[in-house]
Amino acid sequence: MKRRWLPITAMALLSVPGLAQAHLVTTGMGPVYDGIGHLLSSPEELVAALGLSLYAGLRGATAGRRTMFLLPLAWFVAGLAGSMVRSVPAFPVTALSFLVIGLLVATDLRLPAKAVVAIVVLIGFVDGFFNGAALKQGAGTPGLLGILAILFVLVALASALVVSLNKPWTRIAVRVVGSWIAASGLLLLGWSLR
Amino acid sequence: MKNEPPTFSAPLAAHGLPITDHCSLITADCSRLRRHLRCLYFLLLTFLFTLPASAHVQQGEAAGFVTGFRHPWSGFDHILAMIAVGIWGAQLRAPAIWLLPVTFPIVMAFGGFLGLVGVHLPGVEFGIAASALLLGVMVCLEARPKLIWAAVLVGIFGLYHGHAHGTELPPGQSGMLYSMGFVVATGCLHAVGIGLGLVHPLPAGRWALRAAGACIAMMGLFFLWRAFP
Repeated sequence: MKRRWLPITAMALLSVPGLAQAHLVTTGMGPVYDGIGHLLSSPEELVAALGLSLYAGLRGATAGRRTMFLLPLAWFVAGLAGSMVRSVPAFPVTALSFLVIGLLVATDLRLPAKAVVAIVVLIGFVDGFFNGAALKQGAGTPGLLGILAILFVLVALASALVVSLNKPWTRIAVRVVGSWIAASGLLLLGWSLR
Repeated sequence: MKNEPPTFSAPLAAHGLPITDHCSLITADCSRLRRHLRCLYFLLLTFLFTLPASAHVQQGEAAGFVTGFRHPWSGFDHILAMIAVGIWGAQLRAPAIWLLPVTFPIVMAFGGFLGLVGVHLPGVEFGIAASALLLGVMVCLEARPKLIWAAVLVGIFGLYHGHAHGTELPPGQSGMLYSMGFVVATGCLHAVGIGLGLVHPLPAGRWALRAAGACIAMMGLFFLWRAFP
């Protein structure tokens, strides 16, 4: 009998939805959630983070674990630095990040563990720096904390998923996604140089 | 006992079938059906009572992805060439079946990059028309060149397609999301081609693919004829 109330409840909830307002600072849940919302609704940052997670996953569980801790940390520290500068130089950071990350995933390049860590930290620093500069006007440091948290969760989930893939075609599917990221980065570089 | 009326399970018992198993199967099917209907009901409700999301409207980003995703589907020459690449990859089997979908988007994006930075590529329209023709012929003949030559052929055509299609961004839309949508849609077209190519091991499927290749080649011939002024 209780189940009969489900459609009525669902109808009541769905009849009063709010408009989605991604990228607006005032989510109504505070700056930490604003930071989370910012990352989830910014494809340039989300795709870069997911791409790095995919590469770390392809490189194995150890690389995945290191990325899980180091990427959010590098992003946060560079974000703090970025929030302190007055202006950031015009630089096609998203295009180059996509290109590098995409090529790494597409080629499944077997780099030493230290090199993987260095790449993760470097890209985390660059993206985090620009991200911090962008968030200076909005969510600020608490927003960066939100980004730190969501990055940890995203990297953990995505890299663990890739590590768990056993069938050869599933790893190829990941590499195809990498080629899509690289292709998007290349086109984006063209747009920025146009 | 002999005068008892026949029950629902009597025919099953008469055929030596386990009554309990069948009943539980019927019950499981019913509950699964109910679950599906409930999902459908919620889905319909969701569609009925939703409002348009206005996220990112200011930068045209949502429209950018959709426009980019729709673009490859709007040109029949692009659709045929991409599907032909997928089918040919499936005919060539491993490693071509996975090498072509990994390399093609990058080469195609490089063509788009050349177009965006102003590098002229001669005879783009002819190149695109010729891609459908030659790839159709390859599928029709089930040609098996060396992998490097197959990759070079597909790569050259990818350059032309990227140069022509990757640079057509409508004003006011996000270049990044347009690019992502364009690349993902092209990947989906490859997947359609590979999916069709999976019938290759079947005797009838093999001939069906060759016939599809002939159709693609004919269409390519038509595009080539139309490309002449």
